[in-house]
Formats: sequence, structure tokens, C-alpha cells
Amino acid sequence: MSLRLDPREHAPLFLRLLVSLVAGLAALLLVAIPVMAAGANPFEAYLLMAQGAFGSMFALSETLNRATPLILTGLAAAVAFRARLWNIGAEGQLYMGALAAVMVGSGFLQLPAPLAIPAIMLAGFLAGGLMMVIPAMLKQRFGADEVVITLLLNFVVILFIQMLIEGPLKDPLAMGWPQSVPLVAEARFDKLIPRLRMHWGLIVGLVAALILWLMVKRTVLGFEIKAVGENKAAARFAGIPVDATMLKVALISGGLAGLAGVSEVAGVKGYLSADLSPGFGYSGIVVAMLAGLSPIGSVLAAIFIAAVFVGADSMSRATGISNYLADLVVALSLLCVLVGGFFLRFRLRWQSRQEA
Amino acid sequence: MDVLLDIFASANFWAAAIRIATPLIFGVLGALICERAGVLNLGIEGIFVAGAMAGWLAVYLGAGLWGGVLIAALAGALFGLLHAFLTVILGLSQHVSGIGITLLATSASYFTYRTTLPDVSSPPRIAPFQPIAVPGLSDLPFIGPALFQQTLLTWLALVLVAIVAFVLYRTPLGLAIRAVGDNPASVEAQGLSVRGLRIGAVVIGSALMALGGAFLTMSAFDAFFFGMVNGRGWICIALVVFASWQPGKALLGALLFGAFDAFQIRLQAEIGQVVPGQVFLMMPYLLSILALVLVARKADYPRALLQPWTKGQRH
Amino acid sequence: MTDPAILLSLDNITKRFGALVANDAISLDLRESEILALLGENGAGKTTLMNILFGHYVQDEGLVRVRSNGGDMNSLPPGSPGAALAAGVGMVHQHFTLAENLSGLDNIRLGTEPLLSLGRRAMARTRIKSIIAESGLEVDLDRRVADLTVGEKQRIEILKALYRDARVLILDEPTAVLTPQEAEGLFVVLRRLAANGLGVIFISHKLGEVLAVSHRIMVLRGGKKAGELTAAQADRRAIADLMVGKAVAEVTRTPGSIGKALLEFDDVCLGKPSTRTALSHVSFKLRAGEIVALAGISGNGQTTIAALLSGLAVPDSGTLRLDGQPMTRTSPRRLVEAGFARMPEDRQHDGVVGTMSVAENIAIEDVRSPELSRFGFLNRNAMQTRAQSAIAAYDVRCPGPDAEARLLSGGNVQKLILARVLEREPRIILANQPTRGLDIGAQAEVHRRILAARDRGAAVLVISEDLDELFALADRFLVIHAGEVVEAGPADALDRATIGLLMAGQSHTTEPLAQ
Repeated sequence: MSLRLDPREHAPLFLRLLVSLVAGLAALLLVAIPVMAAGANPFEAYLLMAQGAFGSMFALSETLNRATPLILTGLAAAVAFRARLWNIGAEGQLYMGALAAVMVGSGFLQLPAPLAIPAIMLAGFLAGGLMMVIPAMLKQRFGADEVVITLLLNFVVILFIQMLIEGPLKDPLAMGWPQSVPLVAEARFDKLIPRLRMHWGLIVGLVAALILWLMVKRTVLGFEIKAVGENKAAARFAGIPVDATMLKVALISGGLAGLAGVSEVAGVKGYLSADLSPGFGYSGIVVAMLAGLSPIGSVLAAIFIAAVFVGADSMSRATGISNYLADLVVALSLLCVLVGGFFLRFRLRWQSRQEA
Repeated sequence: MDVLLDIFASANFWAAAIRIATPLIFGVLGALICERAGVLNLGIEGIFVAGAMAGWLAVYLGAGLWGGVLIAALAGALFGLLHAFLTVILGLSQHVSGIGITLLATSASYFTYRTTLPDVSSPPRIAPFQPIAVPGLSDLPFIGPALFQQTLLTWLALVLVAIVAFVLYRTPLGLAIRAVGDNPASVEAQGLSVRGLRIGAVVIGSALMALGGAFLTMSAFDAFFFGMVNGRGWICIALVVFASWQPGKALLGALLFGAFDAFQIRLQAEIGQVVPGQVFLMMPYLLSILALVLVARKADYPRALLQPWTKGQRH
Repeated sequence: MTDPAILLSLDNITKRFGALVANDAISLDLRESEILALLGENGAGKTTLMNILFGHYVQDEGLVRVRSNGGDMNSLPPGSPGAALAAGVGMVHQHFTLAENLSGLDNIRLGTEPLLSLGRRAMARTRIKSIIAESGLEVDLDRRVADLTVGEKQRIEILKALYRDARVLILDEPTAVLTPQEAEGLFVVLRRLAANGLGVIFISHKLGEVLAVSHRIMVLRGGKKAGELTAAQADRRAIADLMVGKAVAEVTRTPGSIGKALLEFDDVCLGKPSTRTALSHVSFKLRAGEIVALAGISGNGQTTIAALLSGLAVPDSGTLRLDGQPMTRTSPRRLVEAGFARMPEDRQHDGVVGTMSVAENIAIEDVRSPELSRFGFLNRNAMQTRAQSAIAAYDVRCPGPDAEARLLSGGNVQKLILARVLEREPRIILANQPTRGLDIGAQAEVHRRILAARDRGAAVLVISEDLDELFALADRFLVIHAGEVVEAGPADALDRATIGLLMAGQSHTTEPLAQ
């Protein structure tokens, strides 16, 4: 008997779902090792995490609150990766979106609520989008790798934000804390349920996922993005404007990440600070990969990742195990789903071999 | 103008430039070896963190300085092995695997640090590598203080540049590594193992990256901080392109970068009241982006970079 | 007189790829000093057989045996190129396996010295120099391979094998990329090597050269051995029948009615002169109802003409005229809209998106047309309908419109592309290597379609390395050499020898040289 690999012709939907599910579970199982190394009982830890993430209305609201930016950054990564545009800069785009929201929505423009919210969303979308269009153009014009540039821009943006909130945008009433002037009340997202932190940003994320799903399945743009992503040469030969399509993808991807920033400012904090995002941009990559780059899947994956973070925080408070455990789960999920991708491309087969 | 002259004429300035360049030399060499064999290793940022943490922790727990260096290299090699398994054996996306390695190595390091030292309020310190003074040479004007304020790890980095260049250009192994990054079929047709060469290159390269991290906690500083790597790994990836995948140019690129960084620190001291500090801190990243944009078109990329290889594959 | 010793023997080699039997119980022996030609159509199983012999593929059944230095026939472990090399089997692939960033010398040394050593560069150079002197394989050892010509690269490949003391040398379609002169030089080298005892297997689908160089000929057809004969006994007719099997219905070509000029190249220049892709002062016309052949050895500027007609390139100077009007700012989409049909040279790479469905690949060129989309939304039903009728009309063998294009065979991919570009009744057709790699049935089908389009009044340019194909289709010949295009005249007035001379760069008027 020997093991051999056969290329798969199709990976049916259930298999793709299964791979994501197994990858998430495998990541959770693998962290039992560090949990035990930290001297705790893994089953207890899992139970505490589950309770912390889903155990009450409050916990659920916290999880969905945490999932909101992850849905948007996950979609940002998914749409870019579909076109083989490696946007690793969602973190920076998120901050630029948040910055734009604050600049437009902190009283500088006097707008009534029905206009203020669309205005900050549009501004955030464009600011985030621009932040990705620039590297995409540098790639087209100069052949410069977008991966490294988007990664490096993340550092530039955060320094830029620090500069502004310690300088021109600093809130004079914040008792010296480096944070921006707040958004006016008209520009803030309402809570979905009184006394819980979940806010309208979640609806924004869900609608964005639906629109993206529609785009992928039903529109010419989705068709062209797929062609460009899967085979640039054939797409170009067939007359699809490859460069223009890539720029559209960059705008959408960066824009979605920018919306995540808007949502955090308008829905959670109310102002901009340099700790607005604990790595939502990077986690978005994991969300997208766990979702198999599917827009609807991104919603589910974002909720999973959010639950891990919220659950780990709560478990950490109870047991003293470091909440970096959550980051471990996230990283392992990415690697596990990557390995799962291997099984989507190949099937393992036992075969008997007669010795010739 | 006088300010600028003063800066460049100061031996301390050049000593600082070399100090800043050292971790980058390790990192660029490591990335260069991986990429010459055809594998992009975006795990570099996390491997820096792992090297910094593992090396420091080993010394803190009593392993001795060189024991710490060894542990750091082993930690890097281990993450390199994982990256090689995913990208070389399974043929998965080098981009995504590298990002995954960075997330994993970073979180594993932070978790280990927190778990081992749960109750510290300020980061504990170790006795780091000390500058070695060579009697006579150290007293030379200008060169003496610039070169002989450095620790053994810096010297190790410089020696490694020579070794890597020699192996790459003067030995059959280097021949095979350059060939496998250009056209794996050429290596396979000559009876060598594409996978073996690539796995070896990624493991060794990753170990070097980890030494870059170890330099931070064991020579540049004496403690481990969260976020201390701060994009240095990504900068190395840009520098490799800038250096056209050549060890000599990599050294030059890292030194130029170190000089620039040392310069902005001193400039900050001079005109920091007028210009916000963040402008200076942004410079290294913007400089890397600029370098990448300027050379990208002309860059002589290893032709097989990013391409997975399956045995007997035709193209 | 005893026969020379057997060097290599293949015993009942069978290899299956899924349902396809690529090699069906093939046996062969190769003797010292013998040049054996392995002849067969594309897809007959030649390359598969040699890849098994060299260890790139593992056979499902059968044994490969090679004579050791001691004279025993040892069986070769399957799937190990290293073992084949060690046993003295050298292979020159159709696509060279050279590292382009290394010198010729380093490519030859690669893998022959212990990795963890300082190497023996000087010794290697001395030995290679003596092999060069012995064999006549002249080449500059210190230049980067990237800067060598195709012929020089091939010589490096052969030197690689000889440097490893190969006693059996396998060459896969070695003349496909060579000029006739270079090919003749290769034959001289092979005869000399064989005289020194080397066994050579020469894979080809070109009858003429096989008869010229080999001692013995084995014909493969459909994965089976169809026959074996000595070169002395062989005659063209008999071999052709063996290769093709039952006579394939000839595609009959009736003279067309030629109309006005549709497309005109006027003094077109593009690219850095004297590079493989440059064009210099190219002028010609394509007329309605006419098939024009562009003959030439690959790498003389054909790809650039194809790029211009595909919309992927624009001239540096000179003009392309459509119906007498200069075309400015061409792009693939503009050409499609102007009624161009384009068949790409590399159909798998440029012709289809493998992970998109058959229906999507058929729609890809005009997905923005009102038929297929409205307000940016796709009309999936229209795409489906079009795909179904195309599949039926062009006999595209596939599980259905939703099957991914990567699952299709080469012939069916080409039919898909034909369906995509011909259904819109194009006025100008670029057929670039339209039947390369296709089996004979599919070739005939493609030819029929192209002829039908011509009869409908389209102007067709066929680019091919296969002269037989060009003679089967063309009304008129153009020949390209070193970026210059010359008019060769009507096909009826031409023979292969004349075209061959033009391909080699000798102009019409000069007296043909002897040989």
C-alpha cells in the first residue's frame, strides 16, 4: 500500500466549508499545548472562552462588536486576494479611513445626521481606497512589489496619525491624552440595542458583504476581477483592461478597510487614537483566508475570530493565562486553513502497488 | 550646513550607523539566501521577534550569551522549517504562509514571554554583549571609535557577509542555490534535489534572520520589549531587492540605511523643536519604499521566485 | 560480424494518465553507435516514453535496463533522474533545463561536484574543452546562458550529458528551434558522437530529418509501437502511413475568390533592432477571402506580428491600416470590436482562464456587450445559451458549459477558442500556431474551420512552424527572417526548398547555394 496524491477536479462547497471549520477547530486544539504549558487545564480554558464569547447577551454583543471591523477588513483582503493583489496594508487603510471620518465629522462641516453619516463613510472609503490605489499604481508604473509597500505604509500611517493627534487634531479637552477631537453626535453610529455596545457598523459590514457577494457572482466587474486574478495574460489577451480592473480592486479593498476605521470611530470610540485597532488589518487577512475568500464566509470567519479574541480576554482575566493566546489561535488558523487548501487541490489516496 | 558637517565628521555617528545596520545585515542575508533559492520568506518580521525573545530569554535563564545566540538561531530555523514545509513540500502560497509565520512567531514569542515572566512590571535586563576594543586599533582616530565600539555580533554579521558571498559565488553549493532559484528544472535534470536545496536555504536563511532579532535584545539593548522589531524585517525584504540579491550590495544597502537612520536621529536632536518627531521616525519606512520603487523595474529577480515546484514538472 | 552491444533496453513500458494510455507495452533496444529515431505524431507517446526512461515519470508497468560499465544489463529504479544520470543516460529536453543566470560552464558543472566542497572549476573547464574539441560542439563557456542563442544553449545541453560520460543521449525534438543550418550542424555532431560509440535516441515528428540522420526508425502511434524499420529500408510513404494509421480525410482546399485589401502593414518597425522580437520595415497586405501564410523559423519576429494583430503591441513607427484607415491606439478590445479574431500561440496560457467555466471563457471577449450584460450585471442565461450552441456547433468535448476550462484537452481548448472568435463572423483572423500539439483529427477540424472562414470572405494570417500545415492552408506565402518580411508569392508556385531558403535569410534573387 502506498499513499498518493491525485489532483482534484472540483472542490465542492461542503468540502470548502469543512476545511475552514476543521482549520479553526485544529487551531483551537493546537493551543491546548501552550495552555497546558502555562499550567492550566485546557478544557476549563475552552469553556471559559466559550462563555466569554457567547455566554450572555452582553458577551454576544461584545463578540459582534469585535467582529464588525473584522468583517470589513476581511472583505478588504478577500476582494484583493481574489484578484491576486496582495493588500497587507488594511491596518494603515483602516487608520486613514478613521482619520478621514474625524476630519469630516468633527464639526468642521455642519451637516445634519442623515448627511453626516454618509459623508464620513464616503470620506473614509475614499481615504482608505487611496491608500491602496497608491501601491497598486506603484506596482503598475514601477513594478514595485505591493506586499512590502503596503506593509511599510502601515508603519508610516500610524506615525502620521500620532503626529496629527499630538498636533493639529489634538483634543484640547482630553487632559493631555493623545487623541483627536471627537466626532459630533450627528456623525456617530447608533447602538443597535440600548446598553449594549453593538452598533450600526455591524449592519454596514453585513450590507458590504452582500454587495460584494453580488458583485462577485453577478456583475461584469466581478467577472473581470476573476479573470484578471486567475490568469492575467489571458484576461489581457481577451481585452479586459487589466490595469484599470486592478485599480478598481485596490479602491474597493482599501475602501472597505477604510470603512472599518470609520466604523470603529463612529461606532465605538468617538474619536481617533493610535490604539484604535489592535491589528484588525492583519486579522482581516486571516478572516479572508478562513472564509476561502468568500464574502459571506468572511462574516462567519470574522465572528469566529472575534469570539476567539473576546473569549480569550475573558478567560485571561479568570485564569491569568496571557491573552496573547488569542493571537496564537488566529495565526494557527491561518496556517491550518492554508494546509487545508492543499487538500482542496489534491486528494489523498491509498493504492495498492504490485511490484513490477 | 555646519550642523551636517558636524554630524558626518563624528565617529560616534558612524558607530551608531553600523550598530543600526547590524540587525539589517543579518536579516538581508537571511532573506537573500531564501530568495536566491526561490522562496520569499515574509516570516522574517516574526522570526526577528522570535530570535529577539528566544535569545534574550535563554540568556536570562542562564544559558550564556553564545548559548542565547544559538537558541535564537534554532528558533529561527524551526520557523524556517515550517515555512519550507508549507511552501516547498506542499507548494502553498509563499505570501500567505510567510504572513502566517510572522503572526505565529510573534504571538508565540509574546505568549512565551508573558507566560514565563507573568509578574514583571518593567522588562528585566541581562548583561549584553560588550564592545570589544582591539588594543592599538581602537585608538586610531575616527576609525577606531567607529569600528571598535561594536560588539562581537556585529563582527559576526560582517564575517557572514563574506561567507555567504563566498559560498554563493565560489562553491558548488552556491551554484546549486543560484540555479534552483532561476530554473529548478536545471537542478533536477542534473540529479540534485530541488526540495532539499530549497528547504536547506530557507532553514539557514531563517536562522540568520533570527540572529538579527537576537542582536536587538543582546547587543543593541539588554531587554525584550513588545513591538521592538517594528518593521525591521519588512525593511530587509525591501533592501534585498535594492541589493539585487547580492551579499556585497546587501551590506552596502544596510550600512547606507544605518547611516541615514543615525542621521535622522541626530537631526531630530538639532531641529526636533520645529519638526514633529514622527516625521523623522517615518523616514526609514519611506526610504525603503523609495528604494524599492526606484530599483524595482531594473531588479534582476530570481526567475523562479514564488513558483512552487513539483517533481518532473515541465513548463 | 557480431552486432554492437545493446546499451539500453526498454521492456514492455506502460504508462497511464487516468483513462489515457500514453504508452502501451512499448519495448525497444538501443545499441552502441546507433542513432535510433523515435517518430510519431504529437500525442503518440514519444515524450512520455523518454520521460519515463529519464526518471521524470514513473511507469505503471515495465522495466528500463541500462548496460553497466561491466557489461551487465541493470534495471533502473523508476522515477529517479539521478539514477538515470549515473547509469549514463543523458537527455536534452525540448525546453532546455538551463539556469539562465549562470554561465555555460557552471551549468555543465552543476551537480557534478560535491556540494560541500570548493569545487573543481579549472579541472572541469579543461575536460569540457577537450570534449568540445572532440565533438565539435563549439560554444563560449563563460557567457551567461541568458545571452546565448538557442543553438548554443542546445550545445550546452549536449555537453552537459557528455560531461557526465553519457553513453546514451536522448534528444527530444531537437530541431524544432533550430535554423536548417544549425540543424545540419547538429546532425554532423551526432554522427561523429555515434561513431565514437554513443547511442542516440532522436525524437521527432519530421520525416525528412529522421531519414537523413538515423540508422533505425521506430514509429509510435497512439501510445503503441506501430512499426520499426532500418533507415535503408524506409521510404517516406510507408513511414507516413505508419505514423498516421488509417488515412485521414484530406482537407480539400478550393481556390478562393480574393477581394480587396482589408488590413495593411505599412513600413512597420517595432523593438530594438536585431533582437529576436524586433520588426524592421514590415509591409504586407491581407485581402478578403485569402489565407496568407507567415513562414519562418521561430524567434524571427513572428511573436511581434502576432502581438500587433492581437492588440498587445503598437508599432514604434509605420502604420497599420484597416480598410485603408490608419488604426491608432489599438488594444485587444478595440480589435475585437473591429472584427478581429485572434487565436493565441500559447492557447493554455493566453487563450483561456483555466479556473473559469467554458461558458465564461466563450463570453470573455465581449462580456460587456448588450447581449451578455446590462447595467454592469451579467446575463448568465445568455452566456449559457451561447455556450451550449457553441459546444454543439464546434464539438467541444466537455462535461458542460459550467465545466472549468482547465479540464479540457488541448484540442478542445482550441475548439473553444474557435467557437469564441469565429461565431462573430470576423473579418480578419490571426491563427497563430493553430494546430500545434493537436492530434490529427483535431488538426483537420481546425483547418476546415479556417478555410470556411476564408470562403466566407475573411482575411486570414496563419503563423506556423509546420510547413506542411502552411501548404495545406495558404493561398499566398510571406516569409519572415530577422524581423523582415518578404513576399514569396502564391502557394501554387512555391515549393518547400524555396521557402526553406527564404526562411534561412537568402533572398529570392540570389542563386541558391549548393546544399
